[in-house]
Amino acid sequence: MFHFTVETKKPSPVDEAVYDFIALGGGPAGLNGALYAKRKGLRTAVLAYDLGGQLKNTSSVDNYLGFDNIDAGQLIDRFVSHLGSLDVPLITSVRVAAIEKQGDLFHLRLDSGRVIKTKTLLAALGGSPRKLDVPGEERLGGKGVSYCATCDAPFFKDKHVVVAGGGNSAVESAMDLAKWASHVTIIHRSKFRADQTLLDKLDKIANIDVRLETQILEILGSDHVEAVMIKDKRTETVSSFPADGIFIEIGTIPNTALFIELAHLNESKEIIVDGFQQTSLEGLYAAGDITAQPYRQIIIAAAEGAKAALSASNYLNKKGL
Amino acid sequence: MPKLLPAEVSEQIRSLLESMIDPVSIIYFTDHKCSSCLETGQLLEDIAGLNNKISLVVKDFAKDIDAVKQYDIRRIPGFVILDHEQKDRGVRFSGIPAGHEINSFLSALLEMSGVDSELNADILARIKKIAKPIDIKVFVTLSCPHCPGAVQTAHRLAMQNPFIRSEMIEAQTFQEMSRVYKVSGVPKIVINDKYELLGDQPPESFLDLIDKIA
Repeated sequence: MFHFTVETKKPSPVDEAVYDFIALGGGPAGLNGALYAKRKGLRTAVLAYDLGGQLKNTSSVDNYLGFDNIDAGQLIDRFVSHLGSLDVPLITSVRVAAIEKQGDLFHLRLDSGRVIKTKTLLAALGGSPRKLDVPGEERLGGKGVSYCATCDAPFFKDKHVVVAGGGNSAVESAMDLAKWASHVTIIHRSKFRADQTLLDKLDKIANIDVRLETQILEILGSDHVEAVMIKDKRTETVSSFPADGIFIEIGTIPNTALFIELAHLNESKEIIVDGFQQTSLEGLYAAGDITAQPYRQIIIAAAEGAKAALSASNYLNKKGL
Repeated sequence: MPKLLPAEVSEQIRSLLESMIDPVSIIYFTDHKCSSCLETGQLLEDIAGLNNKISLVVKDFAKDIDAVKQYDIRRIPGFVILDHEQKDRGVRFSGIPAGHEINSFLSALLEMSGVDSELNADILARIKKIAKPIDIKVFVTLSCPHCPGAVQTAHRLAMQNPFIRSEMIEAQTFQEMSRVYKVSGVPKIVINDKYELLGDQPPESFLDLIDKIA
């Protein structure tokens, strides 16, 4: 009950000086980018609404090298504390309204109206939960349809819930929910993509069952979720499957709205980067789930953040900025 | 009761609270035995002990009737944060602000002490214009990382306008109330017991909804 994750940091003075490197985003990509940039001697800051990124939506992590099983909040604290040891300013509780490049400088206009300038910028805003895009989902949002198992699991004590998805996040959510719910059913339209180690754990939990090759067509209910309409893809049969809630864990959509005019995006609206995390705009780098790369993993996001910072450092040296 | 805050967390919070400007007061209402009253009282004591700009006053919900009425306290454990002039600026917490919610509590202490909330001028002007009673309830769970942002926004609105009252409600402590308000996802924001928002919404969304209320 008393798991404290102190995310609000002492407000940093946002002065008029120009930064060398700003990490926009407080997840593993942004934080590791800032760490590497600072170690290279760049004038660095992290700019984020909050710290942790999508790590905040998970309860524990067991695939980050060096930690065989760590509480996600503790991992965030370790990241933040590591940056704190290097005195990297963490400018949090801010939203960026617009980004412009003027000459060699990026101008980041915050919601508050303040402008922060930087020579290089790391886009590391991650992704937001992807929706199923089926009838009933919007209408029953907050009425049994949820995208955050850690947030909403307590409301489903002794109830039957469905988890939509087949990746690590879906399986982890199902395992979190199984501590509260009487029964959890994972429904996924194809085969599992989750790690075998997680599936082995899943097998041992008595109140979780799995329906693969099954598509969710609709979420049903008057003022709260009562059932999901499903189609068994092997038999083509459609049926109503009773449930008190549904947790949707089918991946993310990239938070690229600020970058549409700045950099080239692919058709999934992910930022296209090269092997140096460089985008189509000089001085703008991108890392983590916002980029066009296939694997959404904490360690990959962190590594891309590091690559971006090293590339930014090289760019500044070459340009003599 | 032993301290709730581990030493390392205490140090982080102590450092954070160093940026407080003016003194603030916490008026805490309890009956010393209600669900999570002991823990809430201890947490407030721990926090108040970290900075001498925070004073803590404990009131008995059953006996201190005048204070209960003065601050319109509807449930316990609950507390109000007052500014340096002992002015009630509409900020309420019902249930323990532990877990992720420690963040909205710390923000409220800092901003009540005068730390700038960085709301932009347009938003501030919209908040100041509100001239009708607005009651904002923000339902949270302690394991919800998106909830402190919603509570922080609601409390910011309250601090800027005497017509607005904002209350964090910990849904697990107040289960019956959560049931009545049909809370099954958080953060759930209920305005004047009728209008609803879901999620960590920006101030504009709160204001758009408030503008629609006659």
